[in-house]
Amino acid sequence: MNKARTNPFNTAMMHGALILYVLIALFPVFVILINSFKTRKAIFREPLALPDAESFSLIGYQTVMKQGDFFLYFQNSMIVTVVTLFFVLMFGAMAAFALSEYRFKGNMLMGLYLALGIMIPIRIGTVAILELMVATGLVNSLWALILVYTAQGLPLAVFILSEFMRQVSDDLKNAGRIDGLSEYTIFFRLVLPLVRPAMATVAVFNMIPIWNDLWFPLILAPSEETKTLTLGSQVFIGQFVTDWNAVLSALSMAILPVLILYVIFSRQLIRGITSGAVK
Amino acid sequence: MSALTLKKVNKSFGNVHVLKDVDIEVQNGEFVVFVGPSGCGKSTLLRVIAGLEDATSGEVRIGDELVNNTPPSKRGIAMVFQSYALYPHLNVRKNMSLALKQAGQSKAVIDARVAEASRMLNLDPYLDRFPSELSGGQRQRVAIGRAIVREPKLFLFDEPLSNLDAALRMNTRIEIANLHRQLGASMIYVTHDQTEAMTLADKIVVLRDGRVEQVGSPMELYNNPANQFVAGFLGSPAMNFFPAAILDESDGDIMGVRPEDLYLSDKGKLGANVEHVEHLGGDTNVIAQVNGHQITARLFGQHDIDAGQNVRLGFKPERIFRFDAAGARLS
Repeated sequence: MNKARTNPFNTAMMHGALILYVLIALFPVFVILINSFKTRKAIFREPLALPDAESFSLIGYQTVMKQGDFFLYFQNSMIVTVVTLFFVLMFGAMAAFALSEYRFKGNMLMGLYLALGIMIPIRIGTVAILELMVATGLVNSLWALILVYTAQGLPLAVFILSEFMRQVSDDLKNAGRIDGLSEYTIFFRLVLPLVRPAMATVAVFNMIPIWNDLWFPLILAPSEETKTLTLGSQVFIGQFVTDWNAVLSALSMAILPVLILYVIFSRQLIRGITSGAVK
Repeated sequence: MSALTLKKVNKSFGNVHVLKDVDIEVQNGEFVVFVGPSGCGKSTLLRVIAGLEDATSGEVRIGDELVNNTPPSKRGIAMVFQSYALYPHLNVRKNMSLALKQAGQSKAVIDARVAEASRMLNLDPYLDRFPSELSGGQRQRVAIGRAIVREPKLFLFDEPLSNLDAALRMNTRIEIANLHRQLGASMIYVTHDQTEAMTLADKIVVLRDGRVEQVGSPMELYNNPANQFVAGFLGSPAMNFFPAAILDESDGDIMGVRPEDLYLSDKGKLGANVEHVEHLGGDTNVIAQVNGHQITARLFGQHDIDAGQNVRLGFKPERIFRFDAAGARLS
């Protein structure tokens, strides 16, 4: 056993640092949560106080439920996020498999071209994307968002997944070929299950920015039927008055689904980050 | 009839010429071992035979059929890999039956063949286990079982024992030899370990830098190597080489003598200073310096020799191999 790891002082320092980080990271979430259960006055009087009998109020949640079709926004966000993740993982993994597995002319160039997307933010092309969506009639549809987010997520997915796929044993794939499995079967049945931790990593990295995005929903799909949760919450933020109760309640509720998705992926995610360290 | 014929097979990866005009013939039922140092192209050659790589030029025939453009699964071959390459999501039974299922065999045939292979390899207790629940030796037996159930025309082994520990390696080696006897199938076996090559092969193909250096039975190659490389590669400890000048002989530039052909003798021609002694019980390996050249003598039985001692080593003149400066054998 490593001596440094069993030293109680080092252990305490390590845990102290981690706990401090957790506190800092969770603090804003905590403030949002407690204030969403308080009256407006209480929010401004003592922002850090826990709700008590006097200041407790569900007014924010009531406003959110009454105003606007919150469940529709919820559903829209969910559809956009889940469908996008599906496309990103599916096409990303397929492209990564091709790049890592097959020798063909321009393999290297293709890989670099795809990696370029990581360096150039997609928002630079917003005007062109909007024109494109207007021309194709996709404006104010969830497809507009799904397509844009898929394009935005693919470069990183291809980059991470192709690295992981290179580590899948060649012998295994060759054994499959000799046993008469098609390249598709090899991809879906042999390779994908082995890179599942990497897939979870990619899913989490893609999921959160999509769920929280305000930019593209505002520009491409601002209609009432296609509003996402983040965009829907904005109705409570006005130029002159902001209904803080409602905003905080909406945000609190918006955290939930991401949390659930994260829990689903996180077990895999931890394996993905630590894989290779312990074999 | 021959099980495999390679004619002028070449393989290049870009500018790297890996296989150079390889001609090999494997007879039906023969156990052929490809042996050579790492990077000599032996694994690539096996992959070309399996169809996992295309030959850049030349003919590959399995049986009488030209298979250059046939996919691996249709070539009538089965392959056993160094890393076992078992399907992690399938249990042992399904691992073995997958290929037959892909080929559209009936359930009765599949069950019969899996049962037969499992009996031969003593895998019955493990049929419902997953690969992760098996030890290395068991995994390799499953991999061999997966090859057997296909009843291939040609078995290909790619360094199947390299991941096993020494004791298990010896057992599995004997198992493979028994299997070859029982099945009477043609087998090609790739290894860098000359002991495996010597013990298993009917015929050894020695490769170096993508070229075939010599083909023959183990004893042919041992007793009659075509060049210095083959002479040095086969046999353990390796053959001793020293310049002919040490012995004031003009015949050839380099002389070789196998460690077991050296013996202690007061009239021996080689005066040696002992550097190290390995007492193996049955044998004693003496590593000594002769005029600045390291020489190993393998003496039968136990000898009381210490490092630093001066000894004289003799040999029978007919046991000397002579090579020219380029390494070619002089008869």
